[in-house]
Amino acid sequence: MNAPSYNFAYLDEQTKRMIRRAILKAIAIPGYQVPFASREMPMPYGWGTGGVQVTAAILGPSDVLKVIDQGSDDTTNAISIRKFFAKTAGVATTTRTDEASVIQTRHRIPEAPLHEGQVLVYQVPIPEPLRFLEPRETETRRMHALAEYGLMHVKLYEDIAKFGHIATAYAYPVKVAGRYVMDPSPTPKFDNPKMDNCPALQLFGAGREKRIYAVPPYTEVVSLDFEDHPFTRYRQNAPCALCGAEDSYLDEIVTDDKGGRMFVCSDTDYCETRRAEGHFGSANAPETERADV
Amino acid sequence: MKMTNELAAGFADKVVSAQATFRAVMDAMARPGTVQQLNAKLRHAPSPLMPAAAAIALTLFDHDTPIWLDAPLKATSAVTSWLRFHTAAPLTSDTADAAFALLSGVDQIPALDQFALGSNDYPDRSTTLVLQLSSFEAGDAFELQGPGINGRASLHAPLPAELIAQRAALQPLFPRGLDLILVAGDALVAIPRTTQIMPKGAV
Repeated sequence: MNAPSYNFAYLDEQTKRMIRRAILKAIAIPGYQVPFASREMPMPYGWGTGGVQVTAAILGPSDVLKVIDQGSDDTTNAISIRKFFAKTAGVATTTRTDEASVIQTRHRIPEAPLHEGQVLVYQVPIPEPLRFLEPRETETRRMHALAEYGLMHVKLYEDIAKFGHIATAYAYPVKVAGRYVMDPSPTPKFDNPKMDNCPALQLFGAGREKRIYAVPPYTEVVSLDFEDHPFTRYRQNAPCALCGAEDSYLDEIVTDDKGGRMFVCSDTDYCETRRAEGHFGSANAPETERADV
Repeated sequence: MKMTNELAAGFADKVVSAQATFRAVMDAMARPGTVQQLNAKLRHAPSPLMPAAAAIALTLFDHDTPIWLDAPLKATSAVTSWLRFHTAAPLTSDTADAAFALLSGVDQIPALDQFALGSNDYPDRSTTLVLQLSSFEAGDAFELQGPGINGRASLHAPLPAELIAQRAALQPLFPRGLDLILVAGDALVAIPRTTQIMPKGAV
């Protein structure tokens, strides 16, 4: 049952209508950041207030909700948001990617392929990909209006000039449906190719910055790059120490104060599913410093 | 003889019905061309408003959204008083001022460029058209292409050629543009501004 003192999914109906209208515009203009009247939520900015508001606006009684924080179902942020909706909306929750109809995520895209009908809700801290290059909102708005994205290419070029390669490792800018340059939120660039032509709907909510944007299913999402410096994914060159996966994004876990470390899947559901299927890894698996995959 | 003019009811369960209706509209917008069947349990939509159009009104309209009505709807006090009471949305006679436009049929559609198309800075400040059709089985066959569509989608709808042509003329203005929600009875289909509509068989 719902807690008697809250409306379904916490937000009042007028707020939901406002957010729902913003979501529809966001889907209709892929990659464009729709301003919305973000509300104060019972959690601090930076804890996913944007994602929570989007989830609250779309969630229904028959939804099954999964929440991940950097791939993990069992970190504080993920657990508290999952409990928040279990309490205020009474929805079923799961940790299984394939069983969820709505997945709220902080900074990862699940390893298991998403399917049609699923909705992936991203928590976004800074929605404006050009913000660190141009602090004035009036200017970045103009740049989006004119599709003037030269500055972003200069930034990537400066990476190459300084480091010899594009050193941007997360929040790697993408172009959506050939028009808007978009911040995919601080996901590792390893995840960028999963956004392209994804069967699931992707919604992005930034609470403090009051923006909602979206990528519809089956939409082209291209990571910006240069002909002679094409986009590459990055992954630690080691199998997961727990499940032996060679294809998943890895977290580095420091195991002692003598330099000991192990690499494990960042996506806990993916890792658990593989282990349940009988895969196992080894903490002593070889690991080299850097690999582009 | 005194006519009692009773107002038709809104949603029986506001919260759940609005959510279900929104999800149908969201899915329709995310996958242009797919026919979404509403089960809004809206027993009496004030004629000539179709149940799906009425459910969309209850779900998305409020005091922040000026509504433009076409002549047959505007002339029906059952519709205007129902909208005013249940949504509190202001009615506007200026197409360029409307957040939503309700069109009772295909006969009296104003020129599309008279509606708000948004600006290049704020393309979201555009009118969403809700257009009532007779069905999604009759009429011409169209092929749709664009974001949200895996390859091509097909759509059957009695859309006038003039409307298709006017819409195509707006497409070079992207990101400015108009989003369409087509309704027929309990069903709806969304055609966002990114979708290209071609007659079936054309390359």
